Amino acid sequence: MSVRRLAPPELQPKQFIFTVDNLAWAKEQMAKYPPGREQSAIIPILWRAQEQAGGWLPQKAIEYVADLLGMARIRALEVATFYTMFLLTPVGRKAHVQVCGTTPCMLRGAEDIRKVCQRRIHPEPFHVSSDGNFSWEEVECLGACVNAPMVLIWNDTYEDLTPESFEKVLDGFARSEPPKPGPQTDRQFSAPIGGPTTLKSMSKA
Amino acid sequence: MLDDKDRVFRNLYGLDDWGLDGARRRGGWDGTKAIIEKGRDGIINEMKASGQRGRGGAGFPTGLKWSFMPKQSDGRPHYLVVNADESEPGTCKDREIMRHDPHLLVEGCLIAGFAMGANTGYIYVRGEFIRERERLQAAIDQAYEAKLIGKNNVHGWDFDLYVHHGAGAYICGEETALLESLEGKKGQPRLKPPFPANVGLYGCPTTVNNVETIAQAPDIMRRGAAWFSAIGRPNNTGTKLFCISGHVQKPCTVEDAMSVPLRELVENHAGGVRGGWDNLLAVIPGGSSMPLIPASQCGDLKMDFDSLVALKSALGTAAIIVMDKSTDIIKAMARISYFYKHESCGQCTPCREGMGWMWRVLTRMAEGRAHKREIDMLFEVTKQIEGHTICAFGDGAAWPVQGLLRHFRPEIERRIDQYAANPHPDPVPVAAE
Repeated sequence: MSVRRLAPPELQPKQFIFTVDNLAWAKEQMAKYPPGREQSAIIPILWRAQEQAGGWLPQKAIEYVADLLGMARIRALEVATFYTMFLLTPVGRKAHVQVCGTTPCMLRGAEDIRKVCQRRIHPEPFHVSSDGNFSWEEVECLGACVNAPMVLIWNDTYEDLTPESFEKVLDGFARSEPPKPGPQTDRQFSAPIGGPTTLKSMSKA
Repeated sequence: MLDDKDRVFRNLYGLDDWGLDGARRRGGWDGTKAIIEKGRDGIINEMKASGQRGRGGAGFPTGLKWSFMPKQSDGRPHYLVVNADESEPGTCKDREIMRHDPHLLVEGCLIAGFAMGANTGYIYVRGEFIRERERLQAAIDQAYEAKLIGKNNVHGWDFDLYVHHGAGAYICGEETALLESLEGKKGQPRLKPPFPANVGLYGCPTTVNNVETIAQAPDIMRRGAAWFSAIGRPNNTGTKLFCISGHVQKPCTVEDAMSVPLRELVENHAGGVRGGWDNLLAVIPGGSSMPLIPASQCGDLKMDFDSLVALKSALGTAAIIVMDKSTDIIKAMARISYFYKHESCGQCTPCREGMGWMWRVLTRMAEGRAHKREIDMLFEVTKQIEGHTICAFGDGAAWPVQGLLRHFRPEIERRIDQYAANPHPDPVPVAAE
């Protein structure tokens, strides 16, 4: 378990409401579940609230979503603090880097990727860099183990990294020109480097 | 080696179109109506005859699982839930299905839903798979558009399919935790019984299946149980996606026959162990929850359920993590313990407290800062966690530590001796720090 607390009051915005588009989207999500089971939609809706709030979840946003779904606020707070992709403190404006550090990535050099984050962003995770543009954290297995080491930044993964190519990824975000997601080498997704050993008839087609 | 024509996942690497046209060209959605016309019993019997065992880790026979659903509805709706919360370290196979061949999964959901009398299906995708769930949703939209699923579709079985997602909790891959999460709560597993087939999602009969299991179903039904059961060996039939990561020349995900020898798999597809086969130290054969297997037992190891159980390990998700002789094996296992400490849901005391304890002791052992008597104590603690929790998370976290102690005890002792031989200003703490 990880101990997760809301951001201190001085960082919390005074209010939160969904934009018109997001509210309409939230209503669509609630309709996916049987009547009376709207609470099921809480994770997707909190996620959208996090996106709207700039990459993290303020207390007001959690309470707003609870009220929207007609559930007790404490239940929404439980969900927000249980699931670790809900970030409870402010993150970098341009990129929040999630470095996978679990054993398959560790075996292929995730510790060097983490060192780049410590040097370029902040020695400690969950701290915003001095220019306010970057933050980082070490996360548990992101499910791209054959493309290790890798990071997740916003909605995209950057895979098959070396410290050098990872620095280039960060440079891209610093210029607000994110590089192409996926393997940062010339590799076809999860196929072996140098080309697939199977499905060769497919690759000709 | 498995012939290309026997592969189920013909667009594993995304070389072809993922969409409906591409799926149809590869044989998807072909004769689905004829499959549905075989009836519920016809489908379940075919699945039973194919011998397919669940691809999510536990290896439970799929046809049997489907047959547990009530034959007649008592007024409650039935639900199909697909477990796409693929989070087991080392495993990245369902990701490839969802982003490159999503129609296999959509078609499988229709067939499975029909076979268990479910008109509604939910696919629970892990939060980190953002592009994958967008792709899956796009495929579902195409299927609705073409009237392949939905109300009054061309197959004659009303079926609504929804994508749901999590937000970074490994435990939600456990089926009852997944159901809790799908109901909008913390993902904390439920006690069984009652089993989900009787009381599942919203208290209704529910079956939870892995993505790969469901995605193989259309091909099994089209080509027949005899085709599927001819691949592999009895009780371990069919094809399987293997994810080979760690210290190999070319890590990759590949589909091969069940019971393929480990060495063949690693050398044919992954370019071999870094530094040659003799440089192998150990492999974790089925995702991080499974005990490691030392190189001495890897020589003629067959990758299937029964061979690995014989070695006190298991096939799990068939995610092979290869470690060569440069690996600090104690540190690697300590990192796996940290993973379990981070992901414990906190519901059962042995797990909540035990995970952190094991991680702290292993971290000290990696440095040699421990007493030899603590090795036995650690083993005893793993035995006190195993089997004493609501779900199998406790077992899955205890087994890798047991595997380490079973096969690498001399290495731990050597490191303790090495540390003790040098003078240090700080005293060695004892286990209950």
